[in-house]
Amino acid sequence: MKTKNIMYWVFIAPVLAALLIVVVVPFVWGIYYSLTEWSGDMAQTPVFTGFQNYQSLLSDPTFLNALWFTFKYAIVTVIIINVVGFSLALIVTSYIKSKDFLRTIFFMPNLIGGLILGFVWQFIFTNIFNALGDALGVEMLQGWLATPATGFWGLVILHVWQMAGYIMIIYIAYLQSIPDELLEAADMDGASYAQKLKNVIMPLVAPAFTVSMFLTLSGAFKIYDQNLSLTGGGPGGSTKMIAMDIVDTAFAMNTMGLAQAKAVVFFIIVAILSLTQVYYNKKKEVEL
Amino acid sequence: MKKKKTTGRIVLEVIGILLALLWLSPFYIMLVNAFKTKREMFENTLAPPSEPVFQNFIQAFQELDFLRTFFNSFLITSLSIVCIVFFSAMAAYALSRNKSKVSGIIFFLFVASMLIPFQSVMIPLVKMFSELQSLNKWGLIFMYIGFGSGLSLFLYHGALKNIPISLDEAAKIDGATKWQTFWHVIFPLLRPIGITVAILNVIWIWNDFLLPSLVLGQGDETIPLKLFLFFGQYTKQWTLALAGLTISIIPVIIGYFIAQKHIIKGVSDGAVK
Repeated sequence: MKTKNIMYWVFIAPVLAALLIVVVVPFVWGIYYSLTEWSGDMAQTPVFTGFQNYQSLLSDPTFLNALWFTFKYAIVTVIIINVVGFSLALIVTSYIKSKDFLRTIFFMPNLIGGLILGFVWQFIFTNIFNALGDALGVEMLQGWLATPATGFWGLVILHVWQMAGYIMIIYIAYLQSIPDELLEAADMDGASYAQKLKNVIMPLVAPAFTVSMFLTLSGAFKIYDQNLSLTGGGPGGSTKMIAMDIVDTAFAMNTMGLAQAKAVVFFIIVAILSLTQVYYNKKKEVEL
Repeated sequence: MKKKKTTGRIVLEVIGILLALLWLSPFYIMLVNAFKTKREMFENTLAPPSEPVFQNFIQAFQELDFLRTFFNSFLITSLSIVCIVFFSAMAAYALSRNKSKVSGIIFFLFVASMLIPFQSVMIPLVKMFSELQSLNKWGLIFMYIGFGSGLSLFLYHGALKNIPISLDEAAKIDGATKWQTFWHVIFPLLRPIGITVAILNVIWIWNDFLLPSLVLGQGDETIPLKLFLFFGQYTKQWTLALAGLTISIIPVIIGYFIAQKHIIKGVSDGAVK
């Protein structure tokens, strides 16, 4: 098909038009907005203010707090989701009878929207934890989501429960590609399970670790629905993450220019993380 | 040796079942409390209801205007999916069979778009569509095509590398037009990856909340959006809220059990590629 051929453009036009109108143009326009002051009022024209928005970001406690909270959150969830997801994958690829059933169950939360799941867990943390705390006399279970620390761990628990099954699926794909002969050979040599895990399984699923790490990392950075429905950013905005801070700055405070500056910084962070992943994957592929 | 292995297996089996119960417990808690009166819920949160109450479900179903809300979600998701599956395949086909610089740039544009988080385009996007008087479900479907095309085109493009160009040439010799070649030869061969593309997009679009909340007006609400509004209204009436959550989850669970194999394969292929 030649570029000059009209059919070439007919084939490409629908998605290209959608991409340009929905993503490319707003993205470029957004960079301009980040240099203006604008309330979102359609009748008003944005006023160009240079880098003022970016300067005020540096001293914006809400944004800096959201950024720091998101980083902490991302590191903790990435580690836990991958450890849990990998463990689940090991269980459902072993020779147990219930493995298909287990796989179905572990993956299930992943299909349901984060907003719905956040509401379900809000009920669990407030009512069930309180009831359990009363019954068992454990004070630690009382008042969850009412402090920044329990809000943080509440979000982590929800996210791990939702995402571990997804990451499990990725590990399963790699675990199943390990040739049986290799594991049998290790058995013949009298290797224990721990030795097999360390010397045979782990090195062979190493690419899966890279894929999963970055998938969970960018997932943790972009999280919004769960944040909104579980804690709503509270108490006192202490559990508000970047995505939510951008939405609030735009549509609750009506400072569009400032919100857009935050969004540009957000893009840069996410892009760096994703490009690092692509770089590592490419490097791995070459080595293989 | 053999005996040791059996014990190991049983232990693992028990651990697995316990974990599965733990994984299911949030659903159990939601379900049993949705069937209770408010009073019973406070007296005993963990036990099954002494006598199931259906009133919460009836009220939640009505308040959520569920048939209409479900239809909205269904319409928006299915139309978006049909367009994404079909148009991305067409574009990927044209790009993969034309190895020019222009194709390279266009392909790069699609791949690069995957890096952009929604919040980075949100404000100008909403302003633009509001000026075009398109903040409605048709505008939303168009937006989903834009956001969904990057990954979809990328997946199709990868699959097309494995479809030999000799097939195109054979069709051409038989006198097929470009369109006939695509529709009768190439598109049927793309079916496996097409299912993956459809599944990945369904999971995302069906559950999406933020974009519909900025775009859709009254009467057009999708399930997550309606549920959010409903929840805000009955924030302290947990039994009613839980019934609403249960109703909203049921279609997803049914879909999961019908298409489980495809879903797990699709998610796995989509992530690994």
